[in-house]
Amino acid sequence: MWYLCVFYHRLLDYRKPEVESLAELFGAFNLSDSDSDNRYVENNGNPENNSLQWRLPQHHHPDSPFHFVNLPSDDIARKIANRSILVKGVYELWGEGSTYEELEEAIKAYPDERKLPYLTSESTFKITVDSFGKVISFEEQNDRIRGFSYIPFKGRVNLRNPDHKFWLMETDDYGVNNGLPPVVQRRMFFGREVGTADRKLLPTYQLKSRTYLGPTAMDAEMAFLMANQALVAPGKLVYDPFVGTGSILIGAAHFGAMTMGADIDIRVVRDGRGPDCNVWSNFKQYGLPMPLGLLRADNNLPPWRPGLKEVFDAIICDPPYGVRAGGRKSGGRKLLKGVVGPYTVPDDKRTDHIPSTAPYSLVECVHDLLDVAAKMLVMGGRLVFFYPILREDDTIDTNFPEHACFKLVASCEQILSFRYSRVLLTMVKIGPYTEEVAELARIKHLEFKKNHLKWLEEGNLRSAVFSPLDTQPVGQVILNLIRTQA
Amino acid sequence: MRLLTHNMLSSNIKGVTNGFPLRIEVQKVIEKPVDFNPDFLRHMFPMIDWNALVEASRTMGYPDLPDSADAAMLDSDDFLQRFHHSLLELHLEEGALLCPETGRRFPVTKGIPNMLLHEDEVEVSGARAPGKLSGIALFVLSLLPLHFFSHLQ
Repeated sequence: MWYLCVFYHRLLDYRKPEVESLAELFGAFNLSDSDSDNRYVENNGNPENNSLQWRLPQHHHPDSPFHFVNLPSDDIARKIANRSILVKGVYELWGEGSTYEELEEAIKAYPDERKLPYLTSESTFKITVDSFGKVISFEEQNDRIRGFSYIPFKGRVNLRNPDHKFWLMETDDYGVNNGLPPVVQRRMFFGREVGTADRKLLPTYQLKSRTYLGPTAMDAEMAFLMANQALVAPGKLVYDPFVGTGSILIGAAHFGAMTMGADIDIRVVRDGRGPDCNVWSNFKQYGLPMPLGLLRADNNLPPWRPGLKEVFDAIICDPPYGVRAGGRKSGGRKLLKGVVGPYTVPDDKRTDHIPSTAPYSLVECVHDLLDVAAKMLVMGGRLVFFYPILREDDTIDTNFPEHACFKLVASCEQILSFRYSRVLLTMVKIGPYTEEVAELARIKHLEFKKNHLKWLEEGNLRSAVFSPLDTQPVGQVILNLIRTQA
Repeated sequence: MRLLTHNMLSSNIKGVTNGFPLRIEVQKVIEKPVDFNPDFLRHMFPMIDWNALVEASRTMGYPDLPDSADAAMLDSDDFLQRFHHSLLELHLEEGALLCPETGRRFPVTKGIPNMLLHEDEVEVSGARAPGKLSGIALFVLSLLPLHFFSHLQ
């Protein structure tokens, strides 16, 4: 059945993938109970089948908050909306039109068997008027509500806690384009609310009230979105190899997952800023179950035992790609350059010795992440991570990392600056981690080791993001300055 | 550190072929209650190396696990409770993990195992990469005009 799906006007690229991930989580793609197991396996092999049908209202721009989506049932639609971060609400559309006359005609034509169950005398109801991109005064709202006298409401009005909520939503040509999608024509929608999102989560979890924060802590909204992309659900085990202050795992733990995390910086995972200001206290602050394990480890040399595989249901992370925080891996700079040989720390100094680390290039970091994920994720498990891209002439490079074990199911861009974006990639594990895959990864790993410096220079995102746009004009400006002063 | 984590870790020092299971050196064990979740336990059971768990559990002062276990035992509530307690509730707060082959000590402090390797334990190939010099040269060149003009001033 087609529903009207209204989004918050935020993170436009993330909206549909979130709904599709949640549709999968709540079983929209494996409906018949008898062969659900078979279907599940089939679907894992072909995740492209797991996309929903979408439609735009007449004359609407793809950035519009109003979309139509085909979902199997009210129940699934409600679950998706309740869990979602970017869906304002999902509605059963009773009618739409470009004028009130058209809207009335459409509502009257909508079948009575769909309308009457919600108009009975024993139920209570409420009508809300909402608009996009403009303000409707209180008087106008009341006029519009009174205009619905042609709908045979039998029940009483209850504004606080109604059984059924109805919405009139309008878009109108707002003249100036202040970043909103263009509206060609006035359009109005009337429908019954099926489910809405719980945005109250966000103030509860907002970073500014969190005790222990790092410079790259993931904001709560994004952490929840990442958890949704990863199909986090109670009882699943979620791992973050770059855990930091735990901000991503907090989102996953809120939705019931068991969590594990690792970081190369022992001060972050072990010490924090004191006994009540560390990763553990962040979980305690929200009454979430503590992570099952936190450890100091290097994603470049993961300490997992040989033979251990298919353990995690999801791996969610924001790899340190070197713009705000650079990645580190084992081995000192001089060591990897070959200037010094590996040195042995005397036994009496070993306990407190802090092994040196070297910068970790983006390419190598992502390669290691894909390799670890391919091995450690269960079949059908999801890898959700941020990948940085440079924006040039408004065209973005869409060559995302690839791996034989993974299929990319969603890529959502978030523009961070004029020159640089990050893309949230969602990948599903579709193939087992075979001997061949492992061998290829090992060869690549050695190649990275050999060409450490070369990769580091080529993969230096920070200098690309922060270098001056064009050195010539800057030189010219300085030259002019000197001349005027002289 | 819970024994679940212990069960997943090994010593990855270069040249070590048998780094699992790590022996546990106990200084302080604490018990932290965790909500009992039988589904999660059943989900984790096939991934657990049972002998390593039994041995680790003994070292931590909980000898009540059976020597061997199979999937059929997951129907027993008594077994699940023991498995749960051993896997998730015993914490090594202070101590160390020892590599079974080399005896290398991975310290566990405040419950966090430090699995990072020392310089001589990492496999490193010492080839010097080309292109570094040209990189520096470019960098210096890009700075030149600025320095040049500020000098003039």
